[in-house]
Order: sequence, then C-alpha cells, then structure tokens
Amino acid sequence: MSKDVAVLGAGMHPWGKWGRNFVEYGVHAARAALADAGVDWQDVQFIAGGETVRNGYAGYVAGSSIAQALGWSGARVATAYAACASGASAIDIARARILAGLCDVALVVGADTTPKGFLAPSGGTRTQDPDWLRFFLLGATNPTYFAFYARRRMELYGSTEKDWAAVKIKNARHGLSNPNARYRKEVTEEEILASAMVSEPLRLLNICTTSDGGAAVLLTSLEYARKKGISDPVKVSAVSTVTPRFPKTVIDLPDIATDSAAAAAPPELTFRDSIAAAAYEEADLGPEDLDLAEVYDLSTALELDWYENIGLCKEGEAERLIRDGDTTLGGRIPVNPSGGLACFGEAVPAQAIAQVCEVTWQLQGRAQGRQVEDANVGLTINQGLFGHGSSVILTK
Amino acid sequence: MPAPAVEGFFTTDPEPALLGTRCSDCGTYHFPAETFFCRNPACSGTTLEQVTLSSRGTVWSWTMNRYAAPPPFPQTEAFEPYGVAAVELAEERMIVLGMLTGDFETLKIGDEVELLVEPHVDGETLIWKWKPVA
Ligand SMILES: [Zn+2]
Repeated sequence: MSKDVAVLGAGMHPWGKWGRNFVEYGVHAARAALADAGVDWQDVQFIAGGETVRNGYAGYVAGSSIAQALGWSGARVATAYAACASGASAIDIARARILAGLCDVALVVGADTTPKGFLAPSGGTRTQDPDWLRFFLLGATNPTYFAFYARRRMELYGSTEKDWAAVKIKNARHGLSNPNARYRKEVTEEEILASAMVSEPLRLLNICTTSDGGAAVLLTSLEYARKKGISDPVKVSAVSTVTPRFPKTVIDLPDIATDSAAAAAPPELTFRDSIAAAAYEEADLGPEDLDLAEVYDLSTALELDWYENIGLCKEGEAERLIRDGDTTLGGRIPVNPSGGLACFGEAVPAQAIAQVCEVTWQLQGRAQGRQVEDANVGLTINQGLFGHGSSVILTK
Repeated sequence: MPAPAVEGFFTTDPEPALLGTRCSDCGTYHFPAETFFCRNPACSGTTLEQVTLSSRGTVWSWTMNRYAAPPPFPQTEAFEPYGVAAVELAEERMIVLGMLTGDFETLKIGDEVELLVEPHVDGETLIWKWKPVA
C-alpha cells in the first residue's frame, strides 16, 4: 500500500505583525488552499488545526475555532499541539486518517498572533514547569540556547560571524519576491555585524523574530486526486514526528539539564539527526535525493547545524556549503528558497505548514522569483519544544 | 539571608551542591529531581534516592545575554547583562545550566567551573551559579 497522500492545495496569509485575531489568518489561508485545490469547504471530511497557546481558549481548540469560522459543516475535527512542531503533527494526523481509509479529503490549518519581543511563558508560578523555571531561574531565553549552539560551531568548527551573515544575506535574497514573506529587503554584512548583540555571539539580525501568519494545506487520497483529474500531484511521502531517544545529551530549550548518560550510552544519532533519519527511512530516500530543503533557521548559525542534521554534509563542514554557495538558489542544494524564518519570523503553529506550502509550490514549479530548477524532492525540518520532531518529505 | 528561589534544587551549605536523584536500579541521575519514575526506557525503577551532584564541571557552551529576559525572570531597574552556561558533569554524564558569576568573559569550551550559591539578580532569592575555577 502506498504511504503517500496528495497535496492538492496550499495557501497562506502573508506573515507580518498585523495584530488581528489568529482565526482570520487561518480562514484566509484555508480558503486559499481550498481554492488552490478546487475543493469546496463542505466537501472537507476532516480538519486539523495547529494549536496556539497565546490566544486564549479559541487558540487551544484552533481546529474547531477555524472550522466554526469557515462554517460548521459536520467535519471531523482535531487540534494538535507540539510547540514549533504543531503543524507537522496536524499534517501527520490528517495523513493517517486518509491512509487508514477514514476519509479522502482533509484540511490542515495553523495560524498565530504573536506578542512583541521574546516569546515568554504564560503567567503564574509553576516550579514544576521547565519552561517557567528556565526563565525564572536562569533568564534562559530562546536565543540563549541558540547562542550555545552557535558558540560551539565557532569553537569546534571555526564558524565565523561572517558565515552567519552569509546565511542571512542568502535568505534575505531568497525571500525578496516571496509575497508571503514579512521582510523583503536585502541586508548587508555591515548591517548584520553592526546590529545589537543579543546573546553572545548572536546579534539581532542573526535571530528570527515572531510574526503573525497563517498557512494551510489540503490533503487528499491519491485516488481522490485521480478522480479530480490530477494524476501526478505533489505527494507527502514521509512525516517524521519522532521523540528523542534516551539519553538525549544535547541541551534543548526549555530544559535546564539534559538526560544523564551514566547508565545508558547515548544513541548513535542526536535528536536532530534522528528527525531527518526517520523521514528519509519512511520515504525510502536519502539526502542525495533532495533538490531543496526548508529548515528552521531560528538563528543563522542554527541553519548550519541543520545542513549537517539532514545529511547535506558531514559534521563540521556546513560552513563550507554556505561559503561555496551550495545552498543558495542556483547552487547544488538550495536551502530556504522561501527566505526562511529570516524573512518570515516565526508564527509557531503555522510555520511547519508554511514550510510544506513552499516545498509544494517549488515541486509544482510555481515559486515565482525563487524557483529551484527541476525540483522533484524536498524536505522540511524543525524541532518543537519538549521533544517533538517535525520533518516532512514531499515528492512529485 | 534570602531563601532559595526554588525548594529542593540545591543546598545552601558552605560548600553548596545541586540536589538531584539517582535511580537505585540503573544508576541514572535526574536533575531537577525525579521522584516518581526513572527516565531510562530500559528501567522500570521507582526508587529514586536524593543525591548531591558534582560541584565541578566543564563548560559545554555559554552566552552573555545583553537584553533582559521577560518575567518570570526578576525585573530590575538597572539591567545588567548576565551570563548563562551549559556545564557538563563528568560523573553524572549530563549537562546542567546555570547563571555565570566571577570572571567568565574569556571562558572557552572545556574550561572548568565550580558551583556557588549567590543572590539572584534582584537580590531577593538565592540561586546556583557557575564560576570559572581560577
Ligand atoms: Zn533507572
């Protein structure tokens, strides 16, 4: 049995700081995806939403909030929460229902409205919540962790501020003509190196912002797509939503300590490596098959880590890829042709779905102004707090 | 003297230590303390003894934060940049975070640090910190 489902439609609400209700972005994106697929909302049998924790109860039940706004239709509904991986979780649930034969047409939507500044935990005193503790005890903001990884690249692999600037310059250029990107402006090395130091060695322009936005995909069975006259749709060929394996020995936000490896040897692959490995295994593909990748560049230096995690090069060699232009449009394996988080800023429950939208358009040859030539296979990857893998492989 | 910012995370003895637990069945350490289950998937142990963790470790990485973290990080009138380190403990084979104190601006990965207990940034409570070993 094929494990593929079809992506018949993709749609987004442009990223920005619009300050409106997240449901509006979700509905806008959903309608765009439905129109793209030529499917009526009332024919959707299942809707999955990515949860947002910053918008009250309506955000906790995002799937039904958006379904109600689209108009109750009696569709089955679910809402998924996996932090930055929420969108991939929602996609995974929709895919599973289709593959199980429980439905043919599923809509996946994520949308967020974000506050200004650092993402902070919700209020109250919660001494058993690691996310609360890391702020209270340590002031360990998200960039604190990004800085840990960046410093290690610097000291262990000779990564430089100029390498990170090159990542930012590349992504800024990629996003220039992306109508859904929030920032569409070239940036110079001088501007990056002169931007304020936030968490040494990372400066402001090395760190992604938070944004409002919405993204949606319309997934169907291959048979349904065929009946609609689409015999070669873009397909979801793998969704990796793995947890880490014990002992996880790399410190990840929001943890204040890693697992102990005193009694059990660390697994062969780090958690980030294992996210991609599970996706490759499921799709029966490898890094050599990729034509492009959308990786979660929460920081510019972290984009380099992902090159290694998804197998584009060996550990410690990512700087060579950015220096040689391998990951720039026109290079061997373009990374973040959408412009990445550098151009979008993060809209948590929508971001993993936005990555899938971009790869879908790339494989359809519809990524105007940023098209990767002959794109047949693309991978998205990110990691959600509290041990949530998120990787999707799309094929044509 | 101010009280610890959280109960049960560290001692305030003259030679302070972090408080964790160790699984009696498999020897896995846990910090913050797990008291109900062992995180090792190959172990169903539920006897977790309180232990003090090594008070010295080596730097896995660190940063200097030049912007104030949002609440619940204590908010002070005059913000001072603050360091945070990820420190590897050899015996426990784990990494534990902590704010930095002392002369840490030239720290390198692998440098040795030791545990101290000092006032938090607002002076209202006590927290553990890592300090470079001279
Ligand atoms: Zn155990």
